[in-house]
Amino acid sequence: MIHARGLARRFKVKRRGVVEAVRGVDLDVEQGQLVAFLGPNGAGKSTCLRMLTTLLRPTSGTAVVAGRDVVRDPAGVRGRIGYVGQKNGAGEGFRVRDELVSQGRAYGMSRAAARARADEVLGLLELEPMAARTPGTLSGGQRRRLDIALGLVHRPELLFLDEPSTGLDPQSRADIWGHILRLRERHGTTIFLTTHYLEEADSMAERVVIIDQGRIIADGTAEALKGELAGDRVTVGVEDGLGGRAAEIAERVAGPSEVVVDGGVVRLRVPWAASMLPEYLRALEAAGVKVRSAETARPTLDDVFLALTGRTLRESEEVAGP
Amino acid sequence: MSGAAAEEVRKFLRDTGTVFSREFMPVLRGPVVLVFTMGQPLLFLFLFGSMLEGVRGGASWQWFVPGILVMMCLTGPMMAGYSLLVELMGGSLERMLVTPLNRVAMLVGRTLKEFVILLFQAGLIIVLAVPLGFRPSVHGVLVGLGLLVVFGVGLGALSFALAIASRPGGDLFWGVTQMVLFPIVLLSGLLLPVESGPSWLRVAAAANPVRYIAEAERALFAGRVADMSVVYGLLCAGAVAVVGLAIGTRAMRRGV
Repeated sequence: MIHARGLARRFKVKRRGVVEAVRGVDLDVEQGQLVAFLGPNGAGKSTCLRMLTTLLRPTSGTAVVAGRDVVRDPAGVRGRIGYVGQKNGAGEGFRVRDELVSQGRAYGMSRAAARARADEVLGLLELEPMAARTPGTLSGGQRRRLDIALGLVHRPELLFLDEPSTGLDPQSRADIWGHILRLRERHGTTIFLTTHYLEEADSMAERVVIIDQGRIIADGTAEALKGELAGDRVTVGVEDGLGGRAAEIAERVAGPSEVVVDGGVVRLRVPWAASMLPEYLRALEAAGVKVRSAETARPTLDDVFLALTGRTLRESEEVAGP
Repeated sequence: MSGAAAEEVRKFLRDTGTVFSREFMPVLRGPVVLVFTMGQPLLFLFLFGSMLEGVRGGASWQWFVPGILVMMCLTGPMMAGYSLLVELMGGSLERMLVTPLNRVAMLVGRTLKEFVILLFQAGLIIVLAVPLGFRPSVHGVLVGLGLLVVFGVGLGALSFALAIASRPGGDLFWGVTQMVLFPIVLLSGLLLPVESGPSWLRVAAAANPVRYIAEAERALFAGRVADMSVVYGLLCAGAVAVVGLAIGTRAMRRGV
């Protein structure tokens, strides 16, 4: 569905010279996948998305999206993909159903077909009661559902969503996700979305692609990324003064990627805590170190980002600013 | 013409129709808005026009009504740019740019809608002015409206280009429209005759294309279709249309 090679985009910015927003992205997405594109603000997420959806010409590199080249045949790409941007897609002052009909017409449907399809997507996203209203009178969640409805009018095989759930209350977020997942289940739509809610990417997407400073720095299932790049956190409390001894035993038994001793507390990072912890506790007991507490935590994608870049996603957000 | 080119033209016409009907739908849904947007020209017609009648006598309607129509033709297309700016700052234009809609059709369809509204409003003004003593020449009015349409298309396209250049904040759009609109109106002799001003003002007015269009409209409405001022007016309107469409479609094609 998506095959990008060396995709790059430079921007000329006043005073700051040239900004390399995206520096050589290679990406392959197969049909039916649900991919979450993750990264701090300014990492190049939206720029990538805008190049893949023909809104922006790449400075260099190629991308074939839904079988068409984004530079040589942008119209071909546009006819085959759906796009839900960061901002609301329905125009102010236009009725909900009218906008859906116009959208269908824009994709070349006949007037009758566009009307029938508008009613269909209204039903699909549970927007029927809002058909004759204008976007300004809808709630945030309803507006976002309308955006998705607009992106689905022409039954695209591939749907891009830029921050589909940002700024919504938890209930509306869950609702939007319900619709996205159903879409994929029923129609096998390939979905490529950006988000900065790590938990969402973690629980919903089967594949997570992380971008930072214009480059893809990680790509895989959330579980694999966490196992390979971050690992579980293990915190063991022992008697005061025996922390150093406990750390030595950990090095021998568990082969941790990280060991921190803090008084009577030892913090470890290991690939798989569930199998390592019992063995470690037995070894401590055998060495006469009394264990007071033991705790394990699964890593988050934020830990993955930290392991990769040395800073957390949230810190990067603050530095980059909105 | 080859089959592919014919298909291209068909698609362009279709897309223009799609954009036009999208833009026009809210007007059909709430036609009251049409009357509100006419508030200013109507006020000028009844309040300013009546005062002028007191000063200049009965023939003033002959002079003033074409001026009002040209003024509407200035403000209407400006609003077209404003509507584009709103859609640029929201996400709806971006949404349409990801569809296969022809870029130029997006511009032409929007301008067409402004046109239809302009023609409707001009017709209404003329009809309302007749009981006041306005006596237009019928074929002159038809040519005059055609001239306004050409001028309005050019202005609309310029205003779209300005809206695109004003992203993301839109301040530039307001600055330019406010700074440009009033001097153009005042130096065009739309409201008061330029001839009674000092010589420097007459020189400045001579460089204002709107002045020639206003003169042409006055000649046309009086039935002097073969007047030289009509030729100058047509040249000015044509030049504005060509320049406007060239700049506007270039801005649209470059991507937003």
